[in-house]
Amino acid sequence: MSDNAAARGDMSTCSVSKGCFVFKPSTKKRKLSQSTAHDFGIRNDDSEDTELRFVTCQSLWNQIKSETEKVQEDLNKQLLDNLMNFLSRFHSEFQEKTAEWTCRMKFREIPTAALVLGVNVTDHDLTFRSVSDFLQNNITPYIALLEAKDCPGIKNLMQKLMGQLMNCYVDVDSLEDEDYVQVSQNRIRCSMSSLIKWYESVTKKTDSETPSKKRTTSTHWQSPPVVVIFKDMESFTTKVLQDFIVICSQHIHELPLVLIFGIATSPMIIHRLLPHSVSSLLCIELFQSLSCKDHLSTIIDKLLLTAQFPFKLGEKVLQVLINIFLYHDFSVQNFIKGFQLCIVEHFYSQPLSVLCCQLADLQKRVHSLSHDQCENIRRLPSFRRYVEEQESGKQVALLTTDNFLKEETQKLLEDLHVYHENYVSVLRCLHVFTSSLPKYPLGKQIRELHCACLENQVWETEEYESSLQLARMLNKSDLVTMLQQCMEILLSSSGKEFDKTVEKLKKFLTEFENLEAEAFQEQDVSISSQKELQKKTDLYHLQKTLLELKESRRSKKLTKFEMLRFEVVDYIDSLVRKYLVPADRRTLHEILYFNTAAVLRGHLNAAPRTALHTALNNPHWYLKNQALKCDGGSISNKAPDICIVYKLHLECGRLINLVDWLEAFSTVVMAGEEPNADTASSDQMDDIIHARFIRAVSELELLGFIKPSKQKTDHVARLTWGGC
Amino acid sequence: MPNLEHPAYPAAALLHLEGLVPCRESQVSMLLSIFGERQQFSFPSIFIYGHTSSGKTYVMQTLLKTLQLPHVFVNCVECFTSRLLLEEILIQLQSCSCETEPTSPVPCDTFNDFVRLFKQALVSRGLQDQTLYIVLDRAEQLREMEANILPAFLRLQELTDSNVTVVLLSEIVWELFRPNVGCFDPLTLYFPDYSIGHLQKILSQNHPPEYTADFYAAYINILLGVFYMVCRDLKELRHLAALNFSKYCEPVVRGEANERDTRKLWKNIEPHLKKAMQTVYLREISSSQWERLQHDGGEPGQLKGLSAHTHVELPYYSKFLLIAAYLASYNPVRTDKRFFLKHHGKIKKTNFMKKHEKTSNHLLGPKPFPLDRLLAILYSIVDKRVAPTANIFSQITSLVTLQLLSMVGQNDQLEGPRYKCTVSLDFIRAVARTVNFDIIKYLYDFL
Repeated sequence: MSDNAAARGDMSTCSVSKGCFVFKPSTKKRKLSQSTAHDFGIRNDDSEDTELRFVTCQSLWNQIKSETEKVQEDLNKQLLDNLMNFLSRFHSEFQEKTAEWTCRMKFREIPTAALVLGVNVTDHDLTFRSVSDFLQNNITPYIALLEAKDCPGIKNLMQKLMGQLMNCYVDVDSLEDEDYVQVSQNRIRCSMSSLIKWYESVTKKTDSETPSKKRTTSTHWQSPPVVVIFKDMESFTTKVLQDFIVICSQHIHELPLVLIFGIATSPMIIHRLLPHSVSSLLCIELFQSLSCKDHLSTIIDKLLLTAQFPFKLGEKVLQVLINIFLYHDFSVQNFIKGFQLCIVEHFYSQPLSVLCCQLADLQKRVHSLSHDQCENIRRLPSFRRYVEEQESGKQVALLTTDNFLKEETQKLLEDLHVYHENYVSVLRCLHVFTSSLPKYPLGKQIRELHCACLENQVWETEEYESSLQLARMLNKSDLVTMLQQCMEILLSSSGKEFDKTVEKLKKFLTEFENLEAEAFQEQDVSISSQKELQKKTDLYHLQKTLLELKESRRSKKLTKFEMLRFEVVDYIDSLVRKYLVPADRRTLHEILYFNTAAVLRGHLNAAPRTALHTALNNPHWYLKNQALKCDGGSISNKAPDICIVYKLHLECGRLINLVDWLEAFSTVVMAGEEPNADTASSDQMDDIIHARFIRAVSELELLGFIKPSKQKTDHVARLTWGGC
Repeated sequence: MPNLEHPAYPAAALLHLEGLVPCRESQVSMLLSIFGERQQFSFPSIFIYGHTSSGKTYVMQTLLKTLQLPHVFVNCVECFTSRLLLEEILIQLQSCSCETEPTSPVPCDTFNDFVRLFKQALVSRGLQDQTLYIVLDRAEQLREMEANILPAFLRLQELTDSNVTVVLLSEIVWELFRPNVGCFDPLTLYFPDYSIGHLQKILSQNHPPEYTADFYAAYINILLGVFYMVCRDLKELRHLAALNFSKYCEPVVRGEANERDTRKLWKNIEPHLKKAMQTVYLREISSSQWERLQHDGGEPGQLKGLSAHTHVELPYYSKFLLIAAYLASYNPVRTDKRFFLKHHGKIKKTNFMKKHEKTSNHLLGPKPFPLDRLLAILYSIVDKRVAPTANIFSQITSLVTLQLLSMVGQNDQLEGPRYKCTVSLDFIRAVARTVNFDIIKYLYDFL
């Protein structure tokens, strides 16, 4: 939900002390130019394949980008289709112009679509772009997108509206239209009547044109509607909206207007903004876009839980991205941006990321590795672990022979790819089980399960234990459907290892079917025991038999179904233990998995207040000057003036006496210097210190820590807290 | 009922006019006698007021059109600046009497220009010997334009020295218009609301061709019985009548009842109309959705109205920010210690309260609070440590754009910003429930 630039633009100036600094992840797409490629390897020498890494990064990102765009398109499709239906219904009504009684009597309302888009305002732009593109391609060239910040008054709104509409007219037809140029040169009269005149002239023109010339407009409807989109309904002022709607409703017969309200909160806002007399002019229908959480799930499913891309996110990094999403902004765009940052960071900081490529390219790349790169491989912690496990002869070969290392590396990386494929399939199977358990001990979403599995060996956790317990209590029909789902997942996966598993699952399923035949016999047994129970009338005996019955049931008498259920759960458990090993236990995982969460956190989770405080309180942190190094709360006179002033002001209350402050300041500054007896020079000194003090104080004021106060003369007010 | 009579106009036209303006005959005859004959000077300005849809605009329009009096009709909402208004009058004036294509409009920025151009236009159109009527609909908008516009229009006859009458139509009384000094008081005329009898008569006038007038009148009677309590707006009633008529006819079409069977028809339509009052009338669901429902025979319960979607999904910290803002808005500052410090000691509410705090803060509405207080409360109600990152700050801004918080008094650039929480108690309780936070325990009003 981090804010759109508009709102932030307004806010950031209102107070410096608030410390809301515009922060955008530095993931500007790198242009494919020599210089940027050069930047990529600026601190490494060329032996580390910087150029190749850059190209790989580029192509990977392009793939991912097109994939996300495809996902977004699919997700928006439903919404757009609904919108299309809505528009076409009203359009046919407008076209008919029937003299039918009901049509004559009914009040002509302005068709209004209320799009509820969720609170992640940053993502709305994309949705609106796709909506307007869609409308432009299929329905009407006349679309105006209005934002609240452009429309403080009805006049600005009309200007904006007419500007956008009349420009789009130019886009559709060629520029040869002289009339239009004239109109634009004169000042356009911003009234509805001129808009109507314009609309009439445009539609007449397109009608009279020969079909061959109408190439661009051919997909549009006859007398296409004029769509006005209010991007952020919440921010519009009531008066502007009311006036606009009243004006529009007076001309709805001549101008087929359609309004689209972009709503971030709830549709209640319409009633809050518009009184009944105005809302009764509208014919409002609600359209809900997909919730952003579902959107995220789809994105994670398509980007992370797939073997399509060699690049993977480690647990901590994924957790950071998901946390930002869930705790802070709900913005899928930001999530993707963060993902992009991970890619760039990985390819930039990890020299071996050159091997993070499709399997097909792997062999060539491994073999062209330089000696330095081989050394890099040997330095990887996971590889060292691997070497230690080998016998001594192989250890020597791995550490000394580059070619042997390369072959081994290729084999290990291929293993890693296979591991990932299998991992995803088994993860999905496990998710089928855990997502239907009561209370979801391992999480409801597959992303939670994924994180748990990446973090450590999932089978050692308590949650896993309790979910197995719960799985052992599933009923038969659920179990069968789950097994079938698992089978489908495994069949559709590309891994070759699952043939046996699928067979095993099939066997389970047939056994479950066979059980039904045997069920009758079971029933007989239980009925006989029931009968025995009924015979006893004595309370003591009854209790005893009940206890015995319970005991026997617990100890030995497992039904066949229960046995089978245990077997199934144990089998799933064995699958999990075999395939869901955390990625960081795998050799060479550093090449494919990006796991430096601290860097990402530093980039995405800026803490401006903390940074400012650190800079002023402990200048050594940033300036790296030994003279500034100080311990504890003491104030060094070597520090920049503003730091001294800042530290002194921390000790004051809400109001700060300037004279005392200056006194303290001069004491600190003079502390290192010899007391000088010469009064003339000390006077001069005082002036200089005074000036330095004033400058430092005004710098603090500029930073928003203090402001002049009218409560007391010669005092300033502190704006940050911590005052006593 | 007084028949319209006026020596200056042909009787046939008057008769036709009478048919067009039912229930407004007395007002029309009054206007006619004020207008006088075509060439006679009329009153310089007339002010007509009355409730929404009491026929002001319609009566003026039909009167001027049927009698073919030269007139200019302008809606002041549409002409939102004085320049647009004046130009619009001139444009209409140019096109009202002759069929020629209007020449490109002359820019007219001030009233002085207007008077000059207006006189020219009058001469060129040959309208000097007739009264020209300028009707300004929704005249209350004039008050928001430059201060000279309204007084000048009131004295337009005097300023232009020509035969012109300005008619102002408004929903509010003249007393709310009157500028301080030097104002010419117009002749005020009141259009009373239509009574239920009037409404019945007017609505029954336009019956559908395939049914008899009596049948339709009976339907209107039922409709008014349901809706008259809440709505007297003629336009709205007519709209509702058209929307629901097909349902009323259903038994007749199916052959279950004949047109006289009013009781059966009433039983059929009455619950339907009541439902309509709760949904379509409030625009909870749109009229087209309503019609579709009616057509498919579905229950209106299936469609959720706009107000049913109150749930707003927020990020985790936004929820806590909103809760903190709510607490800051509705709790007195002194009570923060009691709620958010661990060892606050025992403070009884009775000793604790000052006199003015005895009224519920919820009745007084939200109070503004500084940013720092919001953050301090946030830190104490969230279990985990929250770093004051840019993400947190930008969420506050987002909440402001979503109108869940509002910013107060933005005059001082360096002053810490102050906010108010604008959400309702129900809303915040729903939000608090999703994060397992018992907000009632923290609200001073509910101690």
